Amino acid sequence: MPDAYRRTLTRQMSQHAHSEIVGMLPEGNWIGRAPSLRRKAILLAKVQDEAGHGLYLYSAAETLGTSREEMIEALHSGKAKYSTIFNYPTVTWADIGAIGWLVDGAAIMNQVPLQRTSYGPYARAMVRVCKEESFHQRQGYEIMMHLCSGTHEQKRMAQDAFNRWWWPSLMMFGPPDENSPNTAQSMRWRIKRETNDELRQKFVDITVPQAEAIGLTIPDPALAWNEAKGGYDFGEIDWEEFYAVVRGEGPVAKERMKARRDAWEQNAWVREAADAYAAKRAEKRRAA
Amino acid sequence: MPKDWPLWEVFVRSKGGLSHRHVGSVHAPDPEIALRHARDTYTRRMEGVSLWVVPSASIIASDPSEDAAMFDPAEDKIYRHPTFYNIPDHIKHI
Repeated sequence: MPDAYRRTLTRQMSQHAHSEIVGMLPEGNWIGRAPSLRRKAILLAKVQDEAGHGLYLYSAAETLGTSREEMIEALHSGKAKYSTIFNYPTVTWADIGAIGWLVDGAAIMNQVPLQRTSYGPYARAMVRVCKEESFHQRQGYEIMMHLCSGTHEQKRMAQDAFNRWWWPSLMMFGPPDENSPNTAQSMRWRIKRETNDELRQKFVDITVPQAEAIGLTIPDPALAWNEAKGGYDFGEIDWEEFYAVVRGEGPVAKERMKARRDAWEQNAWVREAADAYAAKRAEKRRAA
Repeated sequence: MPKDWPLWEVFVRSKGGLSHRHVGSVHAPDPEIALRHARDTYTRRMEGVSLWVVPSASIIASDPSEDAAMFDPAEDKIYRHPTFYNIPDHIKHI
């Protein structure tokens, strides 16, 4: 395997794994405050899925020769990146709806072509992830549907969350093609199968009618159907904001990393206890 | 900092009568925890009725760079396949 291919894949897969793990935080924040037992059970299952997705991806990335320990260390030291979307706060319950629908929706759009990516373990992990992710998007849309058919205040809350998550979701596809240094090479290696702009356009085209169906207004005055291209034209994305968040200036970037490191350090005793137990059992087996 | 826990390969039997199939791997300090992690990671949606975990280090694999020498001998033995033999159409049940 060529070194550059291995490096590119390791970077992409470990970033993807980190995103799943950090992605648990914005939503985990709402498990204890879910508005009903049904919603709580669903959110709990979704967050558990994200943990699972992180684990599939770490395992797949390890087959390229980087240890789990090295990847976790790179995340916690701030050396490794994860999706910038998780550095935005979840301020109301409607954010949970918007995340499931838009953020998981955008993730699915990115992940479906990755089921055919050139590295087998990555492609196989993506097959599992895509199967599970569809529930995430539907439960999110269902939350938004309910809010939109509720009181004036609930509908306002849904629109507010939509306004805040719409643009960051479009940014999830990465910089425009002419500005994406890795795209051409990754397409050649068949790691990536569709470009950032192609996927972003698809996402806009399928999401706009979903928003309109429940009476939400797309927060983009430039949005217009373009008959000739058979898709929507949409406004300029604020790439300054995107790069600021990539640099770690996202509204809750520090809080997210602190939560990750605290979880790792404060639960070290669990790992130590498991080690001690395993050693004791091994000792007993030797004695027997 | 302690090293990673050992790696275990996970196999799931999706239902009685089918064989166990490899689905992925988990890290765990001992077999019991490996089984629990395997359950939480790979069977959240009733994917299986039985799980195996096997220490990855116990698996002996053939060398991909020598697959030609390993598998070629079977290539020119097409007489191992039933379609190698020409039997007239009027001969039934064979």
